[in-house]
Amino acid sequence: MLTSDEVKQDFPIFETLGDGYAYLDNAATTQKPRSVLDAIHNFYTSQNSNVYRGIYRLSEDATDSYHKARRNIAEFIGSGNPDSLIFTRNATESLNLVASSLGKGLRPGDEVLISIMEHHSNIVPWQLWLPAGVKLKYADIDSEGHLDMESFQENLTGRTKIVSLVHESNLLGTINNAMEIGRIAHDNGAVFILDGAQSVPHMPVDVERLGCDFLAFSGHKMLGPMGIGCLYGRMDILEKMPPFLGGGEMIREVYRDHSVWNDVPQKFEAGTPNVAGAIGLSAAVDYLRSYGMENVRSHEKRLMKKTFDLEQEAGIPELISYGPRELENRGGIYSFNIGKIAPMDLESQILEESSLKIGSAVHPHDVASSLDGDKIAVRSGHHCAMPLTHRLGVVATSRASYYIYNSESDVENLFQAIANVAVKYHER
Amino acid sequence: MSDEEINMEILLDHYRSPRNYGKIEKPSVELVEYNPVCGDAVQFTLKIENGILTDVKFIGRGCSVSQGAASMLTERVKGKSTEEVMNIGPQEILSNIGLNLGPSREKCALLSLNALQKSVRKYRDGEK
Repeated sequence: MLTSDEVKQDFPIFETLGDGYAYLDNAATTQKPRSVLDAIHNFYTSQNSNVYRGIYRLSEDATDSYHKARRNIAEFIGSGNPDSLIFTRNATESLNLVASSLGKGLRPGDEVLISIMEHHSNIVPWQLWLPAGVKLKYADIDSEGHLDMESFQENLTGRTKIVSLVHESNLLGTINNAMEIGRIAHDNGAVFILDGAQSVPHMPVDVERLGCDFLAFSGHKMLGPMGIGCLYGRMDILEKMPPFLGGGEMIREVYRDHSVWNDVPQKFEAGTPNVAGAIGLSAAVDYLRSYGMENVRSHEKRLMKKTFDLEQEAGIPELISYGPRELENRGGIYSFNIGKIAPMDLESQILEESSLKIGSAVHPHDVASSLDGDKIAVRSGHHCAMPLTHRLGVVATSRASYYIYNSESDVENLFQAIANVAVKYHER
Repeated sequence: MSDEEINMEILLDHYRSPRNYGKIEKPSVELVEYNPVCGDAVQFTLKIENGILTDVKFIGRGCSVSQGAASMLTERVKGKSTEEVMNIGPQEILSNIGLNLGPSREKCALLSLNALQKSVRKYRDGEK
């Protein structure tokens, strides 16, 4: 069992923030343990030099560390082949890479199937192909926030070439059955892409077991530094794909009128890579592994159970929360509202009766500001999932998201603070 | 009570009981301003006579900062010249609210000033 108080001691920022500060915005980014900070510091103080082709020891050492980081992270997600792991800036860039490159093979009328619970990074890169005649289709969710399998099947057609799905929703916390979706996608002859930005940091993820063709994730959401992310891809597909960005490292030979691409993964890593970032992420992987991803997952399940229990007990008027209630399909993400404020756009009229007189609803921005006053960091807004937020019929939500250093007392403080907000703003 | 707490209470009072709330019949100009990120919206209706803002009303929806600030702003500008309205700077609004809002919520606080000044510009463009 994982003890969050002990974990916390490995994170220098909590010394700075002081006792009682509840950092509950882990779906946005996570804090960094000392071992990650040290790994980055060590690279810059003892190995800093550019990787590849340096015919001197320092550069060879840097290259070696970069390779080791790649192998370590590939193993962490269950890939035996380090070349299948491409370093990017973040999950967003990983999804852009695969959308940009695979998209070039799509023909007018071809379809990409995603879900309504996607992050913008798994929507917008596909929208860029709409002018080319590619169709973007959305599988819906059911009333509890699970992927609606009927809707998924209805939207899957003979023209579906790509199925790209979020593994764990960053708003609902829904954990999708990637294995089943992957099987259906493959039976349909489609490529299956998994957005693992919220799953890889929080649960065991094994690309071989899941059977996904691609997996995108970010380093900074799993205790690693910002500016480093990964795209795992199946080697046979990666080898056939055209490059994403052009420049140094990604070529073998350059002539006046053409170039010869380098091998995978370098083919997809134009320019000097983020070596320190890769090394920092590798240290984060070691840190997570020392606890075990099964234990990380059970810890967050415990926090979610506490969340649901307190939600029941607290009886806060008009508190609404979203996403599946069964812990097996639910990550450590809790999105909520106090009352419901419907979305609007410029076309819709503001009605006198529907505006300020929104009952006792409290705007999520007010919720987050008030919680901040109680030393609780949550996010409020659309969480880069506007289509989902609007599908839920609200303008925004507030979101608490947990990680290994959060404790049950953080959850208690959260509900105490939510109760305070409700009182403060309900007075009118 | 600290100054911050008093200012918070003043803002919340404007939020709970907004002043000059509603729509003017046959206004000189009306305009909706909207922040798509948080969904905050205000609609201003203005009555302008001989360069004076003789009446101003707003309706809106959103957080306490955006709506409270709109209400406070209507009190500040009623009866003032359009010239004076156009000369109000963001800093005045923020110091009037008197809370340490931070950059993201300053946008909420300034939504109504933008809307009001846009309304005046729209009115002046229409006059030409």
